[in-house]
Amino acid sequence: MSGVIDLSALELRDAITAGEVSATDATRAYLDAIETMDKKLCAYNETFAERAMRQAEMIDKARSVGQPMKPLAGVPVALKDNICTSFGLTSCSSKMLENFHAPYDATVAGKLASAGAIVLGKTNMDEFAMGSSTENSARQTTRNPWDTSRVPGGSSGGSAAAVAGRMCAMAIGSDTGGSIRQPAAFCGCVGLKPTYGRVSRYGLVAFGSSLDQIGPLTRDVADAAMMLGVLAGHDGHDSTSVDKPVPDYLASLDKPIENLRVGLIKEFHSESLDAEIRGAVDKAAEIYRDAGAEIIEVSLPHSRVDIDEAGQLSSYAVACYYLVATAEASSNLARYDGVHYGHRTAEKVGGIVELYSRSRAEGFGDEVKRRIMLGTYALSSGYYDAYYLKALKVRRLIKNDFDAAFEKCDVLLAPTAPETAFKIGDKTADPLTMYMSDIYTISANLAGIPGISIPAGLSKSGLPLAVQLLGNVFSEETLLRAAKMYEKASGNSRLTPEMMK
Amino acid sequence: MTEKKIDNELIRHIALLARIEMTDEQADALGRQFADIVAYVDKLSELDTNGIEPMAHALDVCNVLADDVPGESLSSEQALANAPARDGDFFKVPKVIGDSQ
Repeated sequence: MSGVIDLSALELRDAITAGEVSATDATRAYLDAIETMDKKLCAYNETFAERAMRQAEMIDKARSVGQPMKPLAGVPVALKDNICTSFGLTSCSSKMLENFHAPYDATVAGKLASAGAIVLGKTNMDEFAMGSSTENSARQTTRNPWDTSRVPGGSSGGSAAAVAGRMCAMAIGSDTGGSIRQPAAFCGCVGLKPTYGRVSRYGLVAFGSSLDQIGPLTRDVADAAMMLGVLAGHDGHDSTSVDKPVPDYLASLDKPIENLRVGLIKEFHSESLDAEIRGAVDKAAEIYRDAGAEIIEVSLPHSRVDIDEAGQLSSYAVACYYLVATAEASSNLARYDGVHYGHRTAEKVGGIVELYSRSRAEGFGDEVKRRIMLGTYALSSGYYDAYYLKALKVRRLIKNDFDAAFEKCDVLLAPTAPETAFKIGDKTADPLTMYMSDIYTISANLAGIPGISIPAGLSKSGLPLAVQLLGNVFSEETLLRAAKMYEKASGNSRLTPEMMK
Repeated sequence: MTEKKIDNELIRHIALLARIEMTDEQADALGRQFADIVAYVDKLSELDTNGIEPMAHALDVCNVLADDVPGESLSSEQALANAPARDGDFFKVPKVIGDSQ
C-alpha cells in the first residue's frame, strides 16, 4: 500500500469515492507510516488508531450500500493539539493541559467529521502556539523531515512535519503570527491562513483572539482549496466568524486569472533578505510575468524589514505584534487558575493567590510566562497608553498600508520566512531572534488578511524554499487561483523529502 | 516612552499581577530578557500616531446578539470533569474569605 500515502488528499478522496482504494486500506497505510516514521519525527502527541480504523470501516460500509460519499470521505487528517476534540486529549503541548479532556468538539473538528475525514491524531506544537520552531513544547521535540537535525518551524510544526513526512493526507494548523505559513515553508508544504473570521475559532484554544485563525497544511494548493471549502463558514458559536457565502474554491482553481496584478513589496525585497529566498521570490515574479501578469512595486512602510546596528532583523510589525498578541494572551491565559481545569499544584498552599500563582508557575513553560508577563506589563496601569494603545494605532497604520496596496494589485508576492529551517537549539537562547522568524508573516495577522505559503523548490543545501502570497480580505478564491498558477508553472508542488523515498 | 527601568521590583510587581510565582533567579533571568524585548518594542515610539484611530480588531465587526432562547449547555458533570479538586457540584479552593492575601 506504499502508493496510497503518496496520493494528494484530493486524489485519495477520489480514489476512495470511486472504490479504487478502501478507506480502511488508506487509514491502515497512514497508521503504518506513523508507526515507522514518527519515532524519528515526533510529530504526533497522540494517535487514535482504533477509532480511526472504526471510522474507516464505517465509510467503506456506507459506500458498499450505495450511500453518497462526502467531500473528504476516508481522508486521514491530523489536528494541531490546540483544536478541542471530545475524544483524546487537547494538551496544547503544555504541562498545564497535559490531562485535559475537552468536553466538546471544535467547530472545525465537527466539520471535518461531517465531511467524512478521519482524525489520525493530535500534533505537537509550541506550547499554547507561542513559538516558531515547536521547541517550546512540553511534550517532545519535533524534527524536520528534510533534515532531522533541524526544526519543522512553528507553532504548527507537528502538523507540517506530519504532512511532509507522509503521516497524514493533510493537517489543521492555527496561525496567530505565521504559525501555519512558516512551518509550511520550512517543511515544503502548502500552508494557508484564511481571512480573520473566515473559519470559526470555536474550540480553538485561544492565544491572541483578534489574530488567531485556523487553516490547512497540505501537499498542494488543490488540497488547501478543498480543505478550506470544508472549514469555512459562519458559526453561531463564534461571534467573530463572518456570515459570507463560501465559494467552491476547487471549482475555479485551475482557471488562470487574466490580467492579474501582482504586487512586489519593496520593503521586503531588500538586501536584508537571504539571497536564495530573494531568488525564489524573483523567480516567482518572472513566472507571473510570463503568465501575463503585471508586476507592480508596492510599499508597506510600516511592515518594513530593517537590519539594525547589531545585524539583527527588525520591524515595526513585529514590535506591534508582540504587544498586541501578548496583551491578548495575558487575558486569555488568565483562565488557567488551577481551579476549573488544568494543572494544580500538589503543594500545600496558604491561600487562593498562592494556589493560582504556584499552579501557573508549575504549569506554564518559560516562553508562555514571558509573553504573559509582557502582555500584563503592556496592559498595566501607567503603561497602557505607551504600549498597548500605541500598538493598536500602529496596527491601523499597517492595515492602511495594505488597503492602499490592494487598490493597485490583486495579490502581493513576498517571502514566507527570512531563512530556511534552522538547527534545533540555534535560537532557543534568544527569544528576540526567534520572534524575527515571523517577520514576513506577522503583518497579515495584524491586518486580518489571508496568506498562503507555497513551496518554491530546494535550496543548495537541500532544504525547502517558499514564497508567500497575500490577498485582500475574503479574497481566498483569487489567492488560491494565483497560487495554483505559480505551482503549476514552477512544478514545485508535492516535494518529497529524501527520507521518504 | 522609554526611560522606564526594568528592575527586579517591577518584574515582581508584574509577576504578582500575572499570578505567576517566581524565584529570585527566575526573576533576574526574566528581567534581562524582558529589558531586551521592551527596548525592542519601544521602536514603535519612532512612529507618529497622532490622530490615528486605534485598531482593536481586524474586521469592522459589530456586536452580535443571540436570540434569548435557552440552548444546550454543558452539564455540571461535564463542567466539573476536568476540575483538579471538587466537592459535590462545586469547584474546591482554599479558604478565601478572611485570607490575609
